[in-house]
Amino acid sequence: MAACAGQLVAGPEVELISASAGAESLAAHRLRLGPLPTMTSGALIAEVERSGLLGRGGAAFPVGRKWRSVAERSSGGAVMLANGAEGERLSLKDRSLMAARPHLVIDGALLAARAVGADDIIFYVGVEHRAAEAALRHALAERPGDVRGRTRIVTAPSGYVSGEESAAVHFLNAGDARPTTTPPRPFERGVGGRPTLVQNVESLALAALIARRGHAWYQGLGYGRARGIGLLTVSGAVNHAGVHEAELGATLSDAAAAAGGLNGDVRAVLLGGYFGGWADLDEQWGLPLDPHSMRARGLAPGCGVVHFLPAQTCGVDATARLITYLASQSARQCGPCVFGLSAIADATQRLAARSPQPGDLERIVRWSGELTGRGGCHHPDGAAVLMQSALEIFADDVAAHQRRRCLTVSEPARVAVA
Amino acid sequence: MDEVLHIDRIRCDGHGLCAELLPELISLDDWGYPIIKAGTLWPGLVDHARRAVDACPVLALRLARTAVAAGRPIP
Amino acid sequence: MSDSILWYATRGAGIVSLVLLTAVVLLGIVSSKRWQTASWPRFLTTGLHRNLALATLIFLAIHIVTAVVDPFTALGWQAAVIPFSSPYRRLWLGLGVVAIYFLVAIMVSSLLRPFFGQAAWRAVHWLTYLMWPIAVIHGIGTGTDPRFAWMLGIEAVCIGSVLAAVAWRASAAPHSAWRHVPANSSQGPKWS
Repeated sequence: MAACAGQLVAGPEVELISASAGAESLAAHRLRLGPLPTMTSGALIAEVERSGLLGRGGAAFPVGRKWRSVAERSSGGAVMLANGAEGERLSLKDRSLMAARPHLVIDGALLAARAVGADDIIFYVGVEHRAAEAALRHALAERPGDVRGRTRIVTAPSGYVSGEESAAVHFLNAGDARPTTTPPRPFERGVGGRPTLVQNVESLALAALIARRGHAWYQGLGYGRARGIGLLTVSGAVNHAGVHEAELGATLSDAAAAAGGLNGDVRAVLLGGYFGGWADLDEQWGLPLDPHSMRARGLAPGCGVVHFLPAQTCGVDATARLITYLASQSARQCGPCVFGLSAIADATQRLAARSPQPGDLERIVRWSGELTGRGGCHHPDGAAVLMQSALEIFADDVAAHQRRRCLTVSEPARVAVA
Repeated sequence: MDEVLHIDRIRCDGHGLCAELLPELISLDDWGYPIIKAGTLWPGLVDHARRAVDACPVLALRLARTAVAAGRPIP
Repeated sequence: MSDSILWYATRGAGIVSLVLLTAVVLLGIVSSKRWQTASWPRFLTTGLHRNLALATLIFLAIHIVTAVVDPFTALGWQAAVIPFSSPYRRLWLGLGVVAIYFLVAIMVSSLLRPFFGQAAWRAVHWLTYLMWPIAVIHGIGTGTDPRFAWMLGIEAVCIGSVLAAVAWRASAAPHSAWRHVPANSSQGPKWS
């Protein structure tokens, strides 16, 4: 990959966002990027719309359109919720971005608040992201009084679904971080009954750059037909796992290269997150990692997770662990999710342990097919994508496990003779 | 005037009366929770659908004009 | 019109109301237990529950009107509307009026459930467990005749069946017991 100039994290001393590198101070931030733009609300929304920026929380919804729909309903009392909950375990980008570039995130939140007419800004940070929270707190303390008076940090409870949009709003309103289905939606009536913009912190940081440099700058980045830049969390069988910045359209092989290359045999990669899908490495080595190209192949960028599964790890095993975690993280509000996910997890565990009951595989297939769209939030949908992709990508392993064998285990292990 | 059935999945307690009264469109999964066939109601079914909506013990079922009005979550 | 016809009508309608009301309560409990067979679907239980409740209202209306206009009891409409205002069997009659009010509340909230909302409807519906015993006691207390065996028999069957059904209802965890609050739901947002 053409080494991305590091737009989000730009600065010669930082290529890889790392919390330990220390948070950028307000002075350094201003020196690097200049003051906060003074554009009006209308101009801001137009700029973000023209840039084509897509949300980075997992849904890839157009950011400008979201700002416009909140602005239309706001009469000045809207709420801006910067979502840094990052409950996805394989994703480190949000916590790293907040820890290393808190002022860029704050700028994004301030601009978004101006765009939608919000006088209340909430930074919703996952309870385990201590470096991120500390950096944000310190950064807010560096800001003038009027900013400090309008902003606050709220700790998101740990849990996979705490960062879901309606869960965040529900938590702010009632201390309960579980998704809701009752209309109206947050952009109409959210925190305190006011129109609420819930936006991922990476999306806000990107918007802050777009406001300074213009939509043409953002559109000028990217490969092929993809536009823009983004953060990836690369993990698994790579030499330098971590958060890497890339122009959209960079390929899977580019991502591996940015992470120092693969450190062993890899057959499969998990793309998007726990709620994402497995892909065959050989088939998708040249896959451009942007929403358009990925959707064309039945995949999705999710929240930028790229996890290379080492070949010596059994895919059925890995999937069983993932689906068990997802089942444990259900908000336990909807029957299809509570019963469906746990039944699938149990059957997948039996399959992974090479002792499936008769009909287990057929039931896994049927139950996974029945999950989509039948929960109050998209949690079961993500589990369905994970399972269906696993059944396809690891078809050979699944068949072996049905016969009480394992392709991975039966490979001869390298034994070092001392 | 297309009407769409919408279920509040959090309210739904798997009573299953909807599936009894509207079997053309609603079936139950292994745990008694409804699976709705996608698509709009054809005119002959609207009355049955209203009866099913009325019968739900927890008011989880609703008839709405379009999918947007039914409250599909916006990401 | 012979007085005794009105008197018999009052008692007869009262007994029929009691039996119907008991059936309604039993059907309500059967519905909450989600009981069904291949030939008895759930909507049959709930449909009967509603229809018998409406039928009960008709017999209650006959029961009340005939009692009020009966010159022998000389109750007057006030007695039927204000509890414990009748000098004739003040307590037992009054209980009947109270039960009627509960029943009307339960039925109105059910007929207008979409407007009341689920929580309010449920709260009012639980008044059934107060309303039905009061109605039974009213029936026992206002009886002036020697206690005929068949009358005692009807009361015993009604009371026995409802007690058995309540025990059946209480015997197992509610169907929504799986909806527990997950461990990581906090006591409230931490502000800073």
